[in-house]
Amino acid sequence: MPVVENNANAIPEDWEPKIIAFCCHWCTYTGADLAGLNRMNYPANVRVLRIPCSGRMNPQYVIEALNKGCDGVLVCGCHPGDCHYVTGNYYARRRMMIFKRLLEYEGLEPGRFQVKWISGAEAGKFRDTVMKAVEDVRALGPINLTREIPYFELPAMPDDDEEAFNAVPEEVFPEEVNA
Amino acid sequence: MSRIGVFLCYCGSNIAGTVDVEAVAEMARTLPGVVYVETNKYTCSDPGQEGVKNAIIEKGIDRVVVGPCSPRMHEPTWRKLLADTPVNPYMLEVANLREQCSWVHKDKAIATEKAKDLVKMAVAKVARLSPLHSTEIPVHKKALVIGGGIAGMQTALDIADAGFKVTIVERETSLGGKMVMLDKTFPTMDCSACICTPKMSEVGNHPNITVKSYSEVESVSGYIGNFEVTIREKAKYIDYTKCTGCGACETKCPSKVINEFEQGMSKRTAIYKMFPQAVPSKPVIDAEHCRMLQEGKCGVCAKVCPTGAINYQDEDKLTTETYGAIVFATGYKLIDWKPLYPEYGGGKYPDVITGLQFERLVNASGPTEGHILRPSDNKEPKSVVIIKCVGSRDPNKGKAYCSRACCMYSAKHAHQYLDKVPDGRCYVFYMDVRTPGKGYDEFYMNTVHDGAQYLRGRVSKIYKEGDKLICKGEDTLTSQQVTVAADMVVLETAMVPADGIDELAAKFTVGRDADGWLVEAHAKLRPVETNTAGIYLAGTAQGPKDIPDSVCQAGAAASKVIGLLNKDKLESNPQISRVNEALCQGDGACANICPYGAISIVEKQFRENSRKVTRPVAQVNPGLCQGCGACTVTCRAGAMDLMGYTNESIMREVDALCQW
Repeated sequence: MPVVENNANAIPEDWEPKIIAFCCHWCTYTGADLAGLNRMNYPANVRVLRIPCSGRMNPQYVIEALNKGCDGVLVCGCHPGDCHYVTGNYYARRRMMIFKRLLEYEGLEPGRFQVKWISGAEAGKFRDTVMKAVEDVRALGPINLTREIPYFELPAMPDDDEEAFNAVPEEVFPEEVNA
Repeated sequence: MSRIGVFLCYCGSNIAGTVDVEAVAEMARTLPGVVYVETNKYTCSDPGQEGVKNAIIEKGIDRVVVGPCSPRMHEPTWRKLLADTPVNPYMLEVANLREQCSWVHKDKAIATEKAKDLVKMAVAKVARLSPLHSTEIPVHKKALVIGGGIAGMQTALDIADAGFKVTIVERETSLGGKMVMLDKTFPTMDCSACICTPKMSEVGNHPNITVKSYSEVESVSGYIGNFEVTIREKAKYIDYTKCTGCGACETKCPSKVINEFEQGMSKRTAIYKMFPQAVPSKPVIDAEHCRMLQEGKCGVCAKVCPTGAINYQDEDKLTTETYGAIVFATGYKLIDWKPLYPEYGGGKYPDVITGLQFERLVNASGPTEGHILRPSDNKEPKSVVIIKCVGSRDPNKGKAYCSRACCMYSAKHAHQYLDKVPDGRCYVFYMDVRTPGKGYDEFYMNTVHDGAQYLRGRVSKIYKEGDKLICKGEDTLTSQQVTVAADMVVLETAMVPADGIDELAAKFTVGRDADGWLVEAHAKLRPVETNTAGIYLAGTAQGPKDIPDSVCQAGAAASKVIGLLNKDKLESNPQISRVNEALCQGDGACANICPYGAISIVEKQFRENSRKVTRPVAQVNPGLCQGCGACTVTCRAGAMDLMGYTNESIMREVDALCQW
């Protein structure tokens, strides 16, 4: 995994991370509402953008967000197997897994793009996810897509395509996908 | 230029307590396209709503952003409100200022900043939305029930009693399914035929029910309210308008065939009724075994038929009809235990029988007229071993699941055996006894008191010694090896989905689980609906069940169907996928990934470069599309977009957050 050195001096004093969270209407958005009903408290750095299903999540949105200056992006959907639309989150899982590898290959710090599965009942998990994301991104500092990328080794890719697609992607990014 | 109206809400102090709503309003006035901003103490109240309505008309607003509570709470309220104004109900965006802002943040300055961002995003999105109109889908007030077992019959009766037309498609020659094969039913021990056959004749005589026996579904197209189904009625070789069901033909037919209804324990003729009380009570000719149809010689039935109903030239008939709703009541079959359990003889001992064969043996109209006689030598077995969970709860050989009804019917079999053979001994090998149901455990305890010997353990081997079947097993409660010399062994085998359900489910795009059972839309909250709108489940098509549960589910499925058929028109959800045909390559990636089978690839004619060209493009069926948007991402050409959540609108939302 890439190790990014942050020059703490470069961070403006009043800087607050700006994170966009793409949330599935049926689970995470509901969970976020529940967090509100329970008056849970979490950092205000995350702005939720509602999508009908994590399967609707087009990687272009992530690129757009990072390009336009978002410091981090969260994608949240239903737990695998629980999709309101039967299979949407399976597609999301595969797409996001590959896309995350691409972003990391291109030099994006892993903490800036996170994928989580949060059900409508998991208000606490939503809060924790937001807190963790904010913490991670704050540690990374403001996004800078033009900085020089330190050389690092990517984790080994599974041997063949079939395996890459079918494997439960534990090895690739354990926390996010299987959490 | 869009004319956006922004309506922000204090929600008493719920929002205003932590968000400076006036500051947000001040900011909103500066946003592009915004022509009017209003704050209100309670926007969702009647006066609040009235104010929104008036402002829309006075200011000529054409799209609306509201900033109160979660859209999950009041989005439908706002849509309804807009329907009464010149603004299209889908030109609306809700900024969630309460659940996801004021309630979760304490610092007023920070919460206000976030609220501003949320309103910016909503304004950016709403500016890119286009008006959507839901179309009305007509509902054909007619239901199709696939399967004529107890679940199918109960569903059909309930729907028909509510006044709607129902067609039942039954693959066999008669209604009745598995229930009519049973002898008695637990826990009340009422005779199965006595409660099932009246239902069959009620179905057969109901003015609203059409029974299509010996028929199967050939193909299906369409969507909720409008399923076009083609049914293949197999050739019966008998004119049912002439046949009186007298049965003269059956007595004279020279071909003798293994009787499937009697579980292979007797013979039937090639022209046959499944059983005497069959509905429809008329025979069919089994073409495979009829001498006339195979060899062209015989024709006895035609000679004896007093009404001249026999027609050897009969052919399969295809009929196509439109149905508003479809119920799957396709039932189960017993697992084929023979290849799985060679240690039980794998079918080589005729006296190792299945539970369903036992039902026929003990049935007064069965092959032995109700005398329990073992198949090999027609002697009364003096000792019987019943083995439960053959194929169930056995992931190594059969299925991991519990077949749910076997504990009860094995207790019933033990009880019936001890009742008919008072000097007999009955041993039941079990893994657990599961009796959750009204009167079930009492029934089981009675069987134990009757003298049935319950042994906790599996039988590891059955072999023949003389005319005895030696069953070797373990009693795990005493940790001892047990050997029982039995005259007959009854295997209570697992239920598995009926044959052909894979093809049928694929035709209707109904999901199946790993074991092949049809999948309900939600295990708890939508147990009789499938993920395809307008298709419902009843009985064991969904998973193993006993009769009371099947009947319950049949009633539930019927009530869903009645609810649907009661409507004259359905309003379709307009937030569905739309194809840009100019961009579409017709490669079908979207069609492959759609979980509802809503996308098809059609050849269409276009004028391109002043020439006529025909090329394939995707077509979305608005009745089937549920609006998940998975297809939009998979489209390489970017031709698919999801109305209400268009790529453009989401991109602008992202931009608004980052740049405004």
